[in-house]
Amino acid sequence: MMKDNVENKVGVDAMNTKFSAKDVQVYYGDNHAIKDVNVEILDKTVTAFIGPSGCGKSTFLRSLNRMNDTIPICRVEGDILLDGEDINAPQVDPVQLRAKVGMVFQKPNPFPKSIYDNIAYGPRIHGLARNKAELDEIVEKSLRRGAIWDEVKDRLDAPGTGLSGGQQQRLCIARAVATEPEVLLMDEPCSALDPIATAQVEELIDELKQNYSVIIVTHSMQQAARVSQKTAFFHLGNLVEYDDTTTIFTNPRDPRTESYITGRIG
Amino acid sequence: MSPLILLIVVLVLAIAGYVLGRSRAVSSVEDVRTLHSLPNFYGMNVAMLAFVPAVLLLAVWVIVQPMVVSGQVRSDIPETMYENRGALSLIMSDVQRVADGIDTAIERGVIAAGDAATLDASGVRATLGGVGVALGSEVSPEVLSAALDYRSATATGDWIRTVVVLVVAIAGFLYAYTGTSGTLRARNRVEGGVLILLVTAALIAILTTVGIIFSLLFNTIEFFRLYPATEFFFGTTWAPSFGGGSQLGILPLLWGTLYISIIALAVAVPIGLFAAIYLSEYAGPKLRSFAKPLLEVLAGIPTIVYGLFALLTVGPLLVDVFGNGGLLGVGWMQGGTAVMTAGLVMGIMLIPFVSSLSDDIINAVPQAMRDGSYGLGATQSETIKQVVMPAALPGIVGAILLAASRAIGETMIVVLGAGAAARLSLNPFEAMTTVTAKIVSQLTGDADFSSPEALVAFSLGMTLFVVTLCLNVLALYIVRKYREQYE
Amino acid sequence: MTDATNTGSIYEIDARTKKRNAKEARFKLYGLIAIGMGLLFLIALVSTIIVRGVPAFQQAKLTLEVALPAETLDPNGARNPDDLRKVSTFGYSPLVDQALADALAANDIDNPFEDVADLRPILSSSVAAQVRDRVLANPDLIGGTSEFQLLASSRVDGYFKGRVTRDSVARDNNIDAAHFDVVDAMAEAGIISTGFNWDFITGADASESRPEQAGIGVSMVGSLFMMFVVLALSLPIGVAASIYLEEFATQNRFTDIIEVNISNLAAVPSIVFGILGLAVFIQFMHLPQSAPLVGGLVLTLMTLPTIIISTRASLKAVPPSIREAALGIGASKMQTVFHHVLPLAMPGILTGTIIGLAQALGETAPLLLIGMVGFIASNYPDGVAAGFLDPNSAMPAQIYEWAKRADPAYYERAWGGIIVLLIFLMTMNILAVILRRRFERRW
Repeated sequence: MMKDNVENKVGVDAMNTKFSAKDVQVYYGDNHAIKDVNVEILDKTVTAFIGPSGCGKSTFLRSLNRMNDTIPICRVEGDILLDGEDINAPQVDPVQLRAKVGMVFQKPNPFPKSIYDNIAYGPRIHGLARNKAELDEIVEKSLRRGAIWDEVKDRLDAPGTGLSGGQQQRLCIARAVATEPEVLLMDEPCSALDPIATAQVEELIDELKQNYSVIIVTHSMQQAARVSQKTAFFHLGNLVEYDDTTTIFTNPRDPRTESYITGRIG
Repeated sequence: MSPLILLIVVLVLAIAGYVLGRSRAVSSVEDVRTLHSLPNFYGMNVAMLAFVPAVLLLAVWVIVQPMVVSGQVRSDIPETMYENRGALSLIMSDVQRVADGIDTAIERGVIAAGDAATLDASGVRATLGGVGVALGSEVSPEVLSAALDYRSATATGDWIRTVVVLVVAIAGFLYAYTGTSGTLRARNRVEGGVLILLVTAALIAILTTVGIIFSLLFNTIEFFRLYPATEFFFGTTWAPSFGGGSQLGILPLLWGTLYISIIALAVAVPIGLFAAIYLSEYAGPKLRSFAKPLLEVLAGIPTIVYGLFALLTVGPLLVDVFGNGGLLGVGWMQGGTAVMTAGLVMGIMLIPFVSSLSDDIINAVPQAMRDGSYGLGATQSETIKQVVMPAALPGIVGAILLAASRAIGETMIVVLGAGAAARLSLNPFEAMTTVTAKIVSQLTGDADFSSPEALVAFSLGMTLFVVTLCLNVLALYIVRKYREQYE
Repeated sequence: MTDATNTGSIYEIDARTKKRNAKEARFKLYGLIAIGMGLLFLIALVSTIIVRGVPAFQQAKLTLEVALPAETLDPNGARNPDDLRKVSTFGYSPLVDQALADALAANDIDNPFEDVADLRPILSSSVAAQVRDRVLANPDLIGGTSEFQLLASSRVDGYFKGRVTRDSVARDNNIDAAHFDVVDAMAEAGIISTGFNWDFITGADASESRPEQAGIGVSMVGSLFMMFVVLALSLPIGVAASIYLEEFATQNRFTDIIEVNISNLAAVPSIVFGILGLAVFIQFMHLPQSAPLVGGLVLTLMTLPTIIISTRASLKAVPPSIREAALGIGASKMQTVFHHVLPLAMPGILTGTIIGLAQALGETAPLLLIGMVGFIASNYPDGVAAGFLDPNSAMPAQIYEWAKRADPAYYERAWGGIIVLLIFLMTMNILAVILRRRFERRW
């Protein structure tokens, strides 16, 4: 089992580590979904999780901001450190954690509210703005970062559900950005989008890495190659290989990684 | 022939048709397999055509004939004998009893069948009394002659009925039987017949609605002929008196209904809604599987039980607290029956109604919506209040409207728990009454159905029907729209 | 845009989060309170029913040796039934009074009353009729002494159950504390005792002044006949209508109207169905008032929408693949439905029907309007036709009738009646649950 998990080749000192996972196990009831995962995720970098369906990449992603807490039968073991602090420590409030580790989901899920209220929701619950003017400012800044400001600035009162799929997803990204997180988790953010919308979102991800550590789960190897600097390959709950994206795609060390990227498994 | 015997004759004809039709089809070909349909279908085809049209005709005839006959006989009664339609209907029921009595007398052999026509009005009461038919007063010659007319018309009608029904049955039989051959598409015919039966069953729902509307409408129109509609809708006094000079204003009743419903909803909506939220968002499977069915037991308890609970338990309890010399010493409450009593108990009854409807609706809100909120660092209650509830709001409004319509139409709790006095008051500890309670009290007395005091119940029923219908249509529309949103 | 939430350590819970968590806990508490209140109401309701209803199943009775002298009961001595019938209950009352006085004397119980008739309040006013009926049935008893189990009056019965106390009868004209002294002594001597009250379950209603004699049996039969009508009509009609709507109807305006109609009918107040029954069945068709047949018809119309809705759900649950399989081997649409779909949907249909019947069984309001209340159901119907057509009451209507009579002894009967009614409803619902568990199929 240990052999499956490679040593992290990238030095911790070279760049700032954001997340560090040690021997992480995740169980769904009796099902052992994640086995002995060890990984160091860097700040201001896009990290891609790839692997066949059901390999556990989304499950692992969801344990990084304790979204798995909302599933009663799910159990996480091992240490996950954010800036050296254990996120599963008893004194940690998941609510506070999730404000630091934002998340964007597979299907765009705008709230049934106006575009403005969708963005303002996070800042409001976390008390980030002292008055209306500050809130307006946050909303505008977030929408600009979400690369959707120009499209919606004239109709901020329109319902968020009325936007197109690509716009909805960028709205959701802007919504996540509005709470000023340090890490952004993205669970297949483009799987429900058409190619044009996908291109827009990918462009956005590239910009986001200036400020955030971005972790993206994707089914598409091309997408991983396009947007990420680091790639982790998951297979049957194991982290098979983790390295620079270029290395993974040009010179994988593990035969399973090679089979996957050449299309023989998956 | 009496309808029952006629029915049996037609049934026998149908069974014979089944046997004959089947054998004719089988013998018409050399190999049974070459028949278009299975042999049974040929038999069923003949039986169906012999039976169904004849029996339908019989059923219609049995209902319509008495109406036609009494319409005819009614013209025999001179107009001098009655003042209004109510009196006429009393005379007509006398006529019917005399006619029935003469039938009984002939049956028992007290009068010879031929002698009936020569009966003398003065002796009829005694004669009929002898066979156990008691009449309220002496029979007038007009009534007797009308009764005799009634008998002869009925006898003629019965005779024609027998002939016509038998002719129809035999005609159906012959048509189907002579048409039976190996190539007849018997199965299609039988299935067509069954389909008509199915459609008829579905139409009963429409007929029920039509029946409700007509029975309310005709009597309401009759009522407004006797009592001005404006006084009914805008009158602020409800004081029926069967001696005449009633004041029948609906406003106090509407106010009582509304007040009780508001209290009921004020109890049921917060409790039901919070229970639904807790059960669907927080509760573990254990609590859920235990609390949910228990709460739903409240919905399965008949309303008479709640009525008794209001009258005998909650009412006295409230008097102990709010009454004269009660715990609070406020003396607001005079008796156990009050708006508060009925409202509280009705609220308890509506809790499971609100909670299970809201539960369904909250569960229909997609999980992705909740995940989106949790992902932003919202707590569970923030998610519920700011994301789930706004998303579920239309559905919940629909559920509350349905509960309101339930509250407005509820009868037993208010009949037993709210009191009988119609008044316009703001004190919830006073007895008031509702539309439904007054429908019951106006129609359960011995009142004559043609008086405005009884007819007003139909106008009340009409009002109730229209109000609840509007609420239901609106609620169903909202709930439907809501469901479509997430499908 | 510097903010404490996002820059500090996640180990330290900031003040705002603490406040938010407190709110969360409060919100959760509201939910728990709501559920608690719902359950509390249920417990209050059920315990009230049990505490106040169970006494109805107990009844105080006296065991007395009543002398039946031939000279007063049959002066001619011919035991001719017509002669015997001439002696009314007034002829029997003194005999019972005497029997009671004798019993007191035999057990050395102090009798404070001079006139034996003053003991009468201890006994139900029905006892003379009870003795007379037995004598008329067995004329041989005349001339001897026989043992009778006689009903105690409702006050004495209530005294045993704690409903009536010496204080509460201070202003009662019917009975006074001296009677209770006698009753206490009699209870000690074993002349009077309480036992299970079968008569309440099997008996008929009684007049206003004799609550101790009232039973729910006859109205139970009335309810039974009504349920026959409801079952016989609503099941076939409901199933036929559902089959049409679910399997044959094309989506058009006409079908739409029927569907909207059915869902609205399901929410029409039950009292409106009562008005319909009164206007159509009684005023227009001249069917007899108070008859279980009419009650059954009204309840059928009321239950039909419920049954149609649940039947359609059961039909919908049968997967299309079954229909396609049957149609694929050349069965007609009608054969597919009747041979395959309907049998598979049957458990669901029956469950829905039982639940609909349970609803109909507990319904009261429409029965008030067609005259099933106010009628004293004193005899069992003789025969099946009479069961459908003769005036009768129904269980909920009987309970309502008792609740209206101002005597607390009748309130006790009403609660007892509710226990009987709820036992029926519970049995039906449990049956429905078992049916569902046993035959439910997940596709």
